[in-house]
Amino acid sequence: MDTLLDVEDLWVRFPSRQGVFDAVRGVSFTLGRERLGIVGESGSGKSMTGRAILRLIRPPGIVEAKQVSLGGVDLMQKTEKEMRAVRGQRISMVMQDPKFSLNPVMTIGDQIIEAYRQHNRASYAQAYAKALEMLEAVSIRDADRVMRAYPHEMSGGMGQRIMIAMMLIPNPEILIADEPTSALDVSVQRQVLDIMDKLVKTRGMGLIFISHDLNLVADFCDRVLIMYAGRIVEICKADKLNEAKHPYTRGLLNSLPRLDTPRDHLEVLKRDPAWSEAPSVSGRL
Amino acid sequence: MADQTLRQWLLTDTPTSRRHAKLSAIYQGWLSFRGNTMAMIGLWILIGLVGIAAFAPILSPHNPFVQDLGNRLAPLGTESHILGTDSLGRDILSRLIYGSRITLYIVALVALIAPIVGLLVGTVSGYAGGWVDVVLMRITDIFLAFPRLVLALAFVAALGAGIENAVLAISLTAWPPYARIARAETLTIRAADYISAIQLQGAGAMRIITRHIWPLCVSSLIVRVTLDMAGIILAAAGLGFLGLGAQPPSPEWGAMISEGRRFILDHWWVATMPGLAIFTVSLAFNLLGDGLRDVLDPKGGE
Repeated sequence: MDTLLDVEDLWVRFPSRQGVFDAVRGVSFTLGRERLGIVGESGSGKSMTGRAILRLIRPPGIVEAKQVSLGGVDLMQKTEKEMRAVRGQRISMVMQDPKFSLNPVMTIGDQIIEAYRQHNRASYAQAYAKALEMLEAVSIRDADRVMRAYPHEMSGGMGQRIMIAMMLIPNPEILIADEPTSALDVSVQRQVLDIMDKLVKTRGMGLIFISHDLNLVADFCDRVLIMYAGRIVEICKADKLNEAKHPYTRGLLNSLPRLDTPRDHLEVLKRDPAWSEAPSVSGRL
Repeated sequence: MADQTLRQWLLTDTPTSRRHAKLSAIYQGWLSFRGNTMAMIGLWILIGLVGIAAFAPILSPHNPFVQDLGNRLAPLGTESHILGTDSLGRDILSRLIYGSRITLYIVALVALIAPIVGLLVGTVSGYAGGWVDVVLMRITDIFLAFPRLVLALAFVAALGAGIENAVLAISLTAWPPYARIARAETLTIRAADYISAIQLQGAGAMRIITRHIWPLCVSSLIVRVTLDMAGIILAAAGLGFLGLGAQPPSPEWGAMISEGRRFILDHWWVATMPGLAIFTVSLAFNLLGDGLRDVLDPKGGE
């Protein structure tokens, strides 16, 4: 399998008055043309990892890494201007809540067209046609009407599909999905995931899927990284998640109710300080 | 439906198209504006003012520049000079009518320049943050630290007297509040998810500011502009009064007051009539601004 993205020893630090806070601590992994899940509780550094790859951590946050190489070129060495050519064009990101990730005063059409023309020389008419085609690809009916609509006229599921259309229209090599379904209804979740899965597969993209939903990730991804306190504590094949060995992963799994093995009491996760001390497991292949 | 009046069509709860909904929203705004009597008075005065300025050559009974030294300082109600004449025998009514053009000119230009400069400074400062923000905001503070008229006086003194320079000077003193508002708006917008979404599509700072932040700041600036109009008129009149705005013989209201000041005890109308004009127009702008704020301000809506 060819490697799209190679992350080695990634740190995200936030200097504060109480000293430096490390949000991500020495994370390493590679991504091929696969679906890689990153799971962990709130504050475990999953979203920070995604943003750090795009170097979109706001100052005063600092990103450090031995290398974050995309197709052999180290992103850490690039200037801000060169990074802008990478964002959207080569690596895209879908964010959590579509309600807040679309500009409320621009029509959806304008936003998708802008996303396309950012990286492609195209006339307005060409971009319009392309945007229509993309909206249809994410199963939006009546795409002509949606192009003229404003974000508040859309439901959450439609918004998220529009977001996916917008992020995929420049045809990136890697898509980072940061909890793309957390703000959605359970019934719509599956639909959005299926669309994303289909597009990622047909285009041969790499997908980093960030979530806190263990079952969803086990179902949807090929490989899973489990993060705790800014480190990767365990890596496993998604279909073998039930055989995970790390006590944190086991704890997470045991704290979920299961239909096939009902229990009177669910376990409560007991945290061991040693987990956050232990060095990060490398997810590089 | 044929039996539906236009009014019913505009007030419907179930608009049939996007344009229908927009028209209906505008009509409802107009209805609530019309309910505000004071604002309507302001609006009518200003419509009258614009009409007077547009048709000045037709409306004015005399040429505002022609002197008639034999008939100087004629009192109110003199035949063919309803508002009397000034110290050079010029018809005051005609001069007031032509003066409305100068007033509108100054107000329009300042209302264009100041918010745009403020918007530019404020959004750049708010979006860039860091030292850019500090430098731009301290400059804004320096401008805010002077009384407005004093600062405008200093600028006009340096640039030379005249209407264009008065416009420049008033704009230079009027932009800082706009910059403050635009910056505050930008700070809240900048943290929004959709700005991050555009950033991670690879958009540059220029693009984000002009395409995504400006449209969101404009509504609060417009409200502020309508409330600022009266202040602009007073500043222009103040400069004219001090001899630094429009130069004689142009019939600027402030300059007319200043000219009539010499005769205020014996021939009070020479200074009073332009004073009343300034008062009426500023009041009208304030009333209109208040009414507009109630309708336009997105934060005040129900």
